[in-house]
Amino acid sequence: MTNSTRYFLIGQFTIIAGSVLLLSQQLEPNQRTEVDLIIGDRIGSQPRFAVPDCLALPESAELIDAAETIARVLWNDLEFEREFQMLARDTYATIPTARSFTDLPFDAWRELGADGVVSCTVSSLPNDEIRIQARLFDVRTLDSTFGVEYSGQMRSLRLYAHQLSDEIHRNQRGLEGIARTRITFVSDRDSESALGLVEDRQTKEVYVTDYDGANTRRVTVSRSLSITPAWSPDGRAIAYTSYLNGPQDVFVSFIYEGLLESPLGGDQDIHNWLPAYSPDGKQMAFTSNRDGNPEIYISNVDGTNSRRLTNHPGIDTSPTWSPLGHQIAFTSDRTGSPQIYVLGIDGTGLRRITFESYCDRPTWSPAPYNEIAYTSRTSPGSYDIKHIDLATNEVRQLTFGVGTNESPSYSANGRHLVFSSTRSGEKQLWLIGRDGRGLRRITSMGNNEMPSWSR
Amino acid sequence: MRKTTVNFLGTDFSIRYVKRNYVILSMILAGLLGSSCVRNTPPVEPEAPEPPPPSASAAIVSEERPESLPEAPLLPPPPFEPEDEFQSRTLEEINRDTPLQPVFFGYDSSELNSIAVTAISANVDILENFPTWVITIEGHCDERGTPEYNLGLGERRALVVREYLVELGIATSQLRTVSYGKEFPFESGETEQSWSANRRAHFVITAQ
Repeated sequence: MTNSTRYFLIGQFTIIAGSVLLLSQQLEPNQRTEVDLIIGDRIGSQPRFAVPDCLALPESAELIDAAETIARVLWNDLEFEREFQMLARDTYATIPTARSFTDLPFDAWRELGADGVVSCTVSSLPNDEIRIQARLFDVRTLDSTFGVEYSGQMRSLRLYAHQLSDEIHRNQRGLEGIARTRITFVSDRDSESALGLVEDRQTKEVYVTDYDGANTRRVTVSRSLSITPAWSPDGRAIAYTSYLNGPQDVFVSFIYEGLLESPLGGDQDIHNWLPAYSPDGKQMAFTSNRDGNPEIYISNVDGTNSRRLTNHPGIDTSPTWSPLGHQIAFTSDRTGSPQIYVLGIDGTGLRRITFESYCDRPTWSPAPYNEIAYTSRTSPGSYDIKHIDLATNEVRQLTFGVGTNESPSYSANGRHLVFSSTRSGEKQLWLIGRDGRGLRRITSMGNNEMPSWSR
Repeated sequence: MRKTTVNFLGTDFSIRYVKRNYVILSMILAGLLGSSCVRNTPPVEPEAPEPPPPSASAAIVSEERPESLPEAPLLPPPPFEPEDEFQSRTLEEINRDTPLQPVFFGYDSSELNSIAVTAISANVDILENFPTWVITIEGHCDERGTPEYNLGLGERRALVVREYLVELGIATSQLRTVSYGKEFPFESGETEQSWSANRRAHFVITAQ
């Protein structure tokens, strides 16, 4: 089980970053049970973790910088999931860095009150590569409970820290961390004047950023509007609404191959927008005018086997898939105002789930949660993020009238949402826990909106 | 009703045409005069004005025209022929003047009220004169809704206007639609004035 899990990680990681190795920890001859390896024994309190700077070998300026970056990024990742009480890094700046994994100053860590310490080294390899070795120590038992080794390019430094965080969460809490996930979004940060016959129009383009707002990269160069991006489940493609050919159509950007497709057959008269991949990545739900009115359609991702799902003279739009792909939630104004509905993908079982003044942009949570987040108008001109539990119909409001808050999207583990908000002035992306805690901003340049969080 | 609108629009065009013609004509005349000054120089016309600087001051030149050209015979402006006016201009120039009236909508609505119907009828009268034009009807929304739903609302606004134009006899081959939702506002600002200006079907001539 453990081996297969690690094997899977290697595969996934290689796809993302290229040559990265994850070595399995050599277990002691007298193997202990998994329970023994979990740090922290005080019931009702989180284990307290410390992440001092890594040891740089040799102590070149570049490696010292890398050693600090890894520790800082890892600390932020671990803090983000709120599974551990992270001890502030400046409180142990004076504790000397361990020269090896066998001489950790456990007395000093115990005095500080740490339950676990991540000790790591960064060393240089030939060909400008680096090796990172890290171990998680239990301060009480003086044991190393967990260890990894990565090697690869210096530019992937943050990714190694993110992977280390994900593995610590999995090892210690059985939690699927999201530190390596990314967010695609729309921004006017590089806005140019749009091509076309009408002057004074500014472009918006699609971007990708790490979940923590680092490594932001531009995806589209359309000189027009590229909006409502959505990740494919395998993270290799982004589907979005593009005006490259005039009217809106769904385009798919394969970000690693550099390929661009418009599979849904849009033209001057047939328009497609707001794509959403099915959880297995094989189908796409979208809105189209092809029958004379905005309705929801489903087709294979290559555009074949297109079929109409909704049929109502009102506007049906903004589709999102249930975690198993059996149902679609969408927005419809069939009662006069936009509200959220759920419908089986065979067209049966229509159910209205919101009864508010104006709701849109439903986003179905991943399992194990069974809830739908959406944008809700809470006062004239003011929007907030809410989610509704589909089993109990219980609604929880996550934001409260500071600016307008729109377009929620769940993290892969369902514990967080990203949304756009004007609370700090211009429209920016913010993260918040599904419990309404842990608000943090991840963008600052220009206006940023319509986020989609990768699986 | 329809007829009066035609007249109103016709007048509107004529005024614009005359103004432009006036400027162009005076530029040509001033240019001729300037060049003749240079060529024929002193004896015949000693009081000839300096050659005007190029186009930037065309408006000023045109104001002075009566004095500077006392004996020049003024050509009467030709009768209004809309085809000529548009055919000689690029799509960019035509669209800058928005010859087709926008159609405005109520908040969160894609229904055509009486003002909207009048505007569409007036546009039909123009379109009937230009059977080769291809028109893109852009659906726009104000900034108070969500960006996602507004893409649908803008599409509906464009489709509703398209439907009515077809009902009034415009060929479907002349009509295209697009929805920009709230992404391309005409006026920024959190006032009812800018909101209502942005809730519209906007017409762009995309082919002549």
